[in-house]
Amino acid sequence: MKTREDLKAIRSNTIDRLNAYKDPAQNNVRVVVGMATCGIAAGAKPVLEACLDKTSELSNVAVCQTGCVGLCQLEPVLEVFMPGGKRFTYVRVDPEKAAQIINEHIINGRALTEYTIGANSAGQESCVSLDDAGFYKKQLRIAMRNCGCIDPENIDEYIAYDGYSALERALTEQSPQEVIDIVLKSGLRGRGGAGFPTGKKWQFAAGAPGDVKYVACNADEGDPGAFMDRSLLEGDPHSIIEAMILAGYAIGGGQGYIYVRAEYPLAIERLKIAIQQAKEYGLLGQNILGTDFSFDLEIRLGAGAFVCGEETALMTSIEGKRGEPRPRPPFPAIKGLFGKPTLLNNVETYANIPWIFQNGWENFAKIGTERAKGTKVFALGGKVTSTGLVEVPMGTTLREVVEDIGCGCPGGKKFKAAQTGGPSGGCIPAEHIDVPIDYESLGAIGSMMGSGGLIVVDEDNCMVDIARYFLDFTVEESCGKCTPCRIGTRRMHQILDKITEGKADIKDLETLDDLCGHINRNSLCGLGQTAPNPVLSTMRYFRDEYISHVKDKKCPAGACKSLLQYVINDKCIGCTACVKVCPTDAISGERKQKHSIDPDKCIKCDACIQKCKFGAIDKK
Amino acid sequence: MPNTKTVVPFSATKEQLQELDALIEHHKAQPGAAMPVLQGAQEIFGYLPEEVQIKIAEGLGLSLSEVYGVVSFYTQFSLNPKGKIQISVCMGTACYVKGAGEILEKVEKKIGCKAGEVTPDGKFSVDGTRCIGACGLAPVIIVGGDVYGNLAAEEVDGILDKYMQ
Amino acid sequence: MVNLKINDTPVQVPDGTTILEAARTVGIEIPTLCYMKKINAIGACRICVVEVKGARSLVAACVYPVSDGMEVQTNSPAVAKARRTTLELVLSNHRMDCLTCLRNQNCELQKLAKDFGIQEIRFNCDNSEPQIEDSAIHLVRDNSKCILCRRCVAVCKEEQSVAVIGPNDRGAETHISCAFDRDLSEVPCVSCGQCTAVCPTAALSERDQSQEVFDALADPKKHVVVGAAPSVRVTLGECFDVPIGSNIQGKMYAALKRLGFDKVFDVNVTADLTITEEANELVSRIKNGGTLPLITSCSPGWIQFCEQYYPDFIPNLSSCKSPQQMFGAMMKTWYAQNANVAPEDVFVVTIMPCTAKKVESRREGTSAVKGLFDVDVALTTREFSRMIAQAGIMFKDLPDEEPDNDFSGATGAGVIFGATGGVMEASLRTAVETITGKELPSVDFTDVRGVEGIKEAVYDVGDLKVRVAVASGISNARKLLELVRSGERQYEFIEIMGCPGGCVNGGGQPIQPQSVRNFTDLRADRAKALYDMDKDLPLRKSHENPLIKAIYKDYLGEPGGHKAHEILHTKYAVKEKYRL
Repeated sequence: MKTREDLKAIRSNTIDRLNAYKDPAQNNVRVVVGMATCGIAAGAKPVLEACLDKTSELSNVAVCQTGCVGLCQLEPVLEVFMPGGKRFTYVRVDPEKAAQIINEHIINGRALTEYTIGANSAGQESCVSLDDAGFYKKQLRIAMRNCGCIDPENIDEYIAYDGYSALERALTEQSPQEVIDIVLKSGLRGRGGAGFPTGKKWQFAAGAPGDVKYVACNADEGDPGAFMDRSLLEGDPHSIIEAMILAGYAIGGGQGYIYVRAEYPLAIERLKIAIQQAKEYGLLGQNILGTDFSFDLEIRLGAGAFVCGEETALMTSIEGKRGEPRPRPPFPAIKGLFGKPTLLNNVETYANIPWIFQNGWENFAKIGTERAKGTKVFALGGKVTSTGLVEVPMGTTLREVVEDIGCGCPGGKKFKAAQTGGPSGGCIPAEHIDVPIDYESLGAIGSMMGSGGLIVVDEDNCMVDIARYFLDFTVEESCGKCTPCRIGTRRMHQILDKITEGKADIKDLETLDDLCGHINRNSLCGLGQTAPNPVLSTMRYFRDEYISHVKDKKCPAGACKSLLQYVINDKCIGCTACVKVCPTDAISGERKQKHSIDPDKCIKCDACIQKCKFGAIDKK
Repeated sequence: MPNTKTVVPFSATKEQLQELDALIEHHKAQPGAAMPVLQGAQEIFGYLPEEVQIKIAEGLGLSLSEVYGVVSFYTQFSLNPKGKIQISVCMGTACYVKGAGEILEKVEKKIGCKAGEVTPDGKFSVDGTRCIGACGLAPVIIVGGDVYGNLAAEEVDGILDKYMQ
Repeated sequence: MVNLKINDTPVQVPDGTTILEAARTVGIEIPTLCYMKKINAIGACRICVVEVKGARSLVAACVYPVSDGMEVQTNSPAVAKARRTTLELVLSNHRMDCLTCLRNQNCELQKLAKDFGIQEIRFNCDNSEPQIEDSAIHLVRDNSKCILCRRCVAVCKEEQSVAVIGPNDRGAETHISCAFDRDLSEVPCVSCGQCTAVCPTAALSERDQSQEVFDALADPKKHVVVGAAPSVRVTLGECFDVPIGSNIQGKMYAALKRLGFDKVFDVNVTADLTITEEANELVSRIKNGGTLPLITSCSPGWIQFCEQYYPDFIPNLSSCKSPQQMFGAMMKTWYAQNANVAPEDVFVVTIMPCTAKKVESRREGTSAVKGLFDVDVALTTREFSRMIAQAGIMFKDLPDEEPDNDFSGATGAGVIFGATGGVMEASLRTAVETITGKELPSVDFTDVRGVEGIKEAVYDVGDLKVRVAVASGISNARKLLELVRSGERQYEFIEIMGCPGGCVNGGGQPIQPQSVRNFTDLRADRAKALYDMDKDLPLRKSHENPLIKAIYKDYLGEPGGHKAHEILHTKYAVKEKYRL
């Protein structure tokens, strides 16, 4: 059990250790390796091992692991902080490169610029560290402040950066209502999708009658394409824990549950370690910091059901049942988990809380727009040059995110749309690329903030096919409880199948439109109510694509296989290479003469296109 | 995803059964014990056959139908034993737009069983999974715990060859 | 109190009232499919949606609480359109073979489709193939007609606590079935049939055996005798638009006669016989230190529950056969002998409130005549009503008639068997007089009447204190058994009925749509008719029934004697809960 004094000592000792490299007078070097799931997937483990191995003799070099800095596609990332503080961000490192970096840069003092971020990112040649990269410039890190910076498995490092100071102050100096007021005044809104004011939620739960109350964290990040919650849990688990304890104090709850997707083993592992450490320090458990406030935290794992991200379904799942949503009202703040008042926020929302207390609600409220304060983390993916996690102030435009941070579509392709909000969200077409990203602006154009997946789609993607993909997801992930969602989404999917196969007529579009409205207004829960969004928004902005599929039986993007025809153009020199690979003998033609494809035999397997060296085969 | 019952007969060691008893005992008093117990049981046995679900139902005072209803709701619970080497093909959005469907087809063809199934020799099983959160590396597959990112469909055969010896 | 407006009409209702309930107070019935008061308030089917001013989407009236100043529209164009589309969606997933369906014209889905004038379904329709699962003796499942309202799941779990069926898989694949999609015959179902009584469609229905009875009636070699259970005479009328809780006993006998049964008898008589045997068993167990509490055995749903779930209570079960089985046994022995018919030519039909009676009639090794079943066909009230309709019998116009007098004329004690607490009360009337040797000043044991799930009472009987308990519905039975098992409660005598409210609410009783069930207590209304009959009867104690006395004197010997045991008693056995 630690006292406030103990924490103070840990704070100053650890920060001295962490910042040792900053003193130019001393010869201290800090090396960090990004060890989040994406880093490890890309091979960070052997890199870390190589670093530890090569520096075992060097007493001035501290090597440690850290979470994700957000440079997914440049992983593994190794950062070197040289004496005096200069930062070098090495990317796509392997063990050999790591050894070279230690030998050449740390021991011999010659930076290997060819391995740094600049040399590996288009247009950023001059920069050697993430700080200078254009990718990073428009970002502002609040939720992710510690990610890529501290060792997530070391509580002292969290404490060093003012961790648990908000809790200390609250428990000893602030009343629960004062804590709630700070959250209220910060203007923080839920980062899980709907954007409900967080402080209000806390206030409701605090005001609900009942002796037993629960605090829950939604870490069931299920939107395909979103992974910021995973990254936060892997990179900075203590900030979630601290926020949940604060919430418990504020609402009068003594037990917390973190509901994490089972697909995130590393996040679970790090959370477990963090909870254990917090317990050892007396920050969790009985009489926290010697006060009469007690709070315990338990991890519950999801088991592969997207709908459990919906708040009432999440609670039924924690209760050990099928994760089916319940009707609201009663709202969870009144009757939630096990029938008791429950406060539920998502990971990113909680991650903001300690920052707000450390830096003041006024400073948080200065960031963002009139109605959306602070920042939002996005998982930028799809057809974009720089993929990864980005955290930007609310109100940043989509153009800034896609073009400045994401560096546009690769291969010079044309930006067609961005999909936000996953299966609950919609598409933002190129015409709206200057939309400021905040809850209301996105809602107004038929998309939604969602939890932060941002998938860029280029001219090669068919919007009908994208809509069908999301419906495919919803049909499988619908819990099956209410009629509109269970049967309605399947009927929508069947219509979309017809469209992409060229078998639909105009009346099907009307029926589809009707179903969208019906499911939206009649479903039991948020999953069903938002399920039609991908179809609604693509029908709104890309209606001509739907019409082409239905009327002309053509897929303008050339993505819907059934509507494609493989045709040989004039570039054909008659080399017969395609004839040899065609599995169905669909290609015929004399040697040295232009060949042709029999559409009845062609199975559109793409083998000929891959074989042809002359670009002589078109998909139309 | 279809989750039909396996035809492989159930067998368990004494240690496994003891472990299951201890697991049930540990969670019994906890509110909402079914999920952690099922997850633990799947770790012990690799899947959740009827014999195991009966023990859980009796241990937690639930009906077998309630337990099965929970098991069949969540995709991570399996009624079938998994292959010794499990292959997961990420079907998240980022992977999908970068050709995950084609990669899954290649894997199925190479090992000779469909997604959700296990090969007759019990060596491989393959699943199309929800987003594993490595979108920056899309498309991604995981073979026996090893992650392969930025894949092209042509690379699939070569990768799997390594595990086939 | 809360003030709100429904369709612009001011309404005042207590806090906590749902929109559905509030609307009813101003004469508006909002359609529902899934909603069951208290046990299935899940807001799943979405047929009951209404418009609430200011709400983002339509809300489910069945679960949405009213609030002050709320403005509700229950029949706006948006609501009508939503309900129609939801109906179309449900129908698109429902095998619509209405004309050849057992529930034709008695189907809640069909009625809605008719009310809304659905003439076309705009969507792709699947589920065109039957999915018949008929492994069980008592009922047939057809998931191609299931609309996933989960009413069956709610009764099976909440009221009966056995939960042998539930929702399995997820999303569009969701379906109601047993664990591992096993057949119903392979799981510990107690055959109560409550699921068939609440299913809005024909996804769950009793196994219809009426043709077997028609065949027997047409067979000149068969001597077909019939008897109806006590409760049937207060429920059958509902199938012919007679108000709930009407005693139509006379018309019932008349209908049976017109169907051509050789003899129309009454199971009420064997209810009296059961009491005589059971009271004797109770007295003997109390006097001789036998296993107590004695628990009644008339309800085969309860017996199946006991054998599979609480086998440690098997020694407590009364060894007396149920009135149905005693009826069959007496027909094939005493009656066959008296009427001079070979026992194998006597074809015994019973009309029962119950699907478990079908299973009971097929129990092995307990029949009075070796090689024959005591009862040949046990029909439910519903099957019987279909026979009446098929035969063109104008039920409401029938005169009141009497049964054949060789085996009829029961006491009031036999009549009240059909309600929870009735067997207890009937037994007490006989047992108390047997023990004390004095006539009871009043035969009304009102403590054990009423629809509560568990009732308790203590009676001073001579120097003995007799502690009794009554439970109806398997979940209440389970609660009571746990109390006994833990030693928290001690009783001498317990009555358990498998269905909530007893046989008047049995799984084979007439279907009442949920719109009625949610606002009427069928159990109380039907039971009242039985107690009224009891009150008006000259004889109200089983042991005073002259026919019973004569049968013992001329044929059976003493209650509990050797012959009585051979014919009227049965055995129980532990049944494995899981059959892998």
